[in-house]
Amino acid sequence: MDWLTQFPQMDANQLRDIKKTIDEAFRGFTRAYGSDIETLFEPLRVFMVQAERFMTGTPWIIILALIMGVAWLGSRSVKVVLATGATMLLIGYLGMWEDTMKTVSMIFVCTVISIVIGIPLGIAMARWNRMQSIVNPILDVMQTMPSFVYLIPVVMLLGIGKVPGLIAVVIYAMPPVIRLTNLGIRLVDKEMLEAADAFGSSDWQKLKNVQLPLALPTIMAGINQTIMMALAMVVIASMIGVQGLGQPVLRAISNQYFTLGVFNGFAIVGIAIIFDRVSQSFGKRLQKHSEVVHG
Amino acid sequence: MADPIGIEVRNLYKIFGPQAAQLMDAVRNGMTKAELNEKHHHVLGLNDINISMPAGQIQVIMGLSGSGKSTLIRHINRLIDPTAGEVLVGGENVVTMSRDALRDFRRHKTAMVFQKFALLPNRTVLENTCYGLEVQGIPQAKRIAAAMHWLERVGLKGFEKKYPNQLSGGMQQRVGLARALANDAPILLMDEAFSALDPLIRVDMQTILLDLQKEIRKTIVFITHDLDEALRLGDSIAILRDGEIIQQGSSQDIVLRPADPYIESFVREVNRGRVIRADAAMEPATGPLPEVAVEGDCTLEDAGRLMVQSGITRLAVRETATGRTTGTLSMERILAAITQRSPGQP
Repeated sequence: MDWLTQFPQMDANQLRDIKKTIDEAFRGFTRAYGSDIETLFEPLRVFMVQAERFMTGTPWIIILALIMGVAWLGSRSVKVVLATGATMLLIGYLGMWEDTMKTVSMIFVCTVISIVIGIPLGIAMARWNRMQSIVNPILDVMQTMPSFVYLIPVVMLLGIGKVPGLIAVVIYAMPPVIRLTNLGIRLVDKEMLEAADAFGSSDWQKLKNVQLPLALPTIMAGINQTIMMALAMVVIASMIGVQGLGQPVLRAISNQYFTLGVFNGFAIVGIAIIFDRVSQSFGKRLQKHSEVVHG
Repeated sequence: MADPIGIEVRNLYKIFGPQAAQLMDAVRNGMTKAELNEKHHHVLGLNDINISMPAGQIQVIMGLSGSGKSTLIRHINRLIDPTAGEVLVGGENVVTMSRDALRDFRRHKTAMVFQKFALLPNRTVLENTCYGLEVQGIPQAKRIAAAMHWLERVGLKGFEKKYPNQLSGGMQQRVGLARALANDAPILLMDEAFSALDPLIRVDMQTILLDLQKEIRKTIVFITHDLDEALRLGDSIAILRDGEIIQQGSSQDIVLRPADPYIESFVREVNRGRVIRADAAMEPATGPLPEVAVEGDCTLEDAGRLMVQSGITRLAVRETATGRTTGTLSMERILAAITQRSPGQP
């Protein structure tokens, strides 16, 4: 009655062999194609290096003005702009300007990639139910799989550095923008689509004139979530060589530097709040026309 | 302006459900809506619809909710595909058109007005009005000119820069109407276009539509659940119940000769004085003719008012087209027509 008390498991040797075979196969694949895949991601690396160079190489005062300018364009609120300026000044005064710039450039690149891949994917999911049923479980895996697990193959393939870190962050941060693009388009009023059809819109015209504009608030919420999740990954990404605010935090953990950890932690929180407020009020401003003025 | 074209609906059936095509024969052989629902869980939306809508006239399709009237109008521009039957527009069968041909047909031959307006909330009134022309690929200057023209015609000059949410329901539907008219299509489909509006605004909109129609002469298909609206607007009226047409005819036919008790029960609530025309209630002209005359399409209410004002009890009725006197109308005839009840009614 052994099988009642002990779960009947696979033979240990067999299991070990399976793991070994898979590992070896993957290692072989890495050796064979690692450098090719690295070339594939080269443009990504260049993009990221350029963004980082711009953020760290430009005089701080110009960057500060730029950030406050973007905050103004997004929110049109003096309060938000002043709070943004104050936060950035404080971060700089406490010696974290350089790291913050690296993190911001990383978040920027990651958001751009997420949008460029995520929105078309979301549109495709809204359009074909089949696509949705294939992509949804993949998104579930992307969001729940512990980041360290998919870091292993990424690091094996691409080594330590910016690109693997970026990929890890994108994998974690992209699902919201995909999901909410899909949802936003699916929630568009059927009668609006019928009207677009009745006037003879082509599929592209329907997407461009009706579906995307009406789904935009939802898509904006997705982008906002993507930015927030990318920021949450900063520390983990720093473990595989992404520079920025995550690295001091990592150092603080291993050496028990309380203050260093808190400062950098709050710097992450600070830029998260700036990103959030600016992108949210931008989303709200896009919605101005839907305020009911007339009952 | 595009020449008006007529619409011919022939043997149109619509069954809702996955096995619609297989059940077609059963329905053709007389299976009823209830049986179909009971045995096969399919809904019979339209059952053997035949309507001939003449060019340049207002065809009203009236029915209560669930009667299939909105389904029927969506077959004319094939927003819904029929299970069987033909929809001929200017000799072309809409049902068999390819995707591209259908898109072209919708762009140039039809325009639609919706019950809940269906205006794009993120576009201004002007941009909404341009929509149909934009889809057609008309240059911007031209489409703005057309849109401004129609916005002015529906009384919305000065509101071009507003967003739909800043307008009242009646004004939003005027935008919907302007958007449809700007398309310059010979066919105008109006799906309960005025049903969501307040009663007074609704009458306003009906007046606007009738005034415009005198000039634009489009083939208008108008869906409504309101008999008063149907009688006021319709050159001809089809009454739909449970996916079947139970009576077709002019407003006079419907009011004076309701086909069954169902229609009778509707007609009972109608203000007959405003619907029945002088030529429907007159008697053949005999003896000396009265001096005062009215046109044949004058309502009994107007004729009666004229009698009271002129202090007379008898009028001559002239044919509108020829001006020939065709009969006479007395006070008694008017009263009889207004108060008449079909047999069996209290």
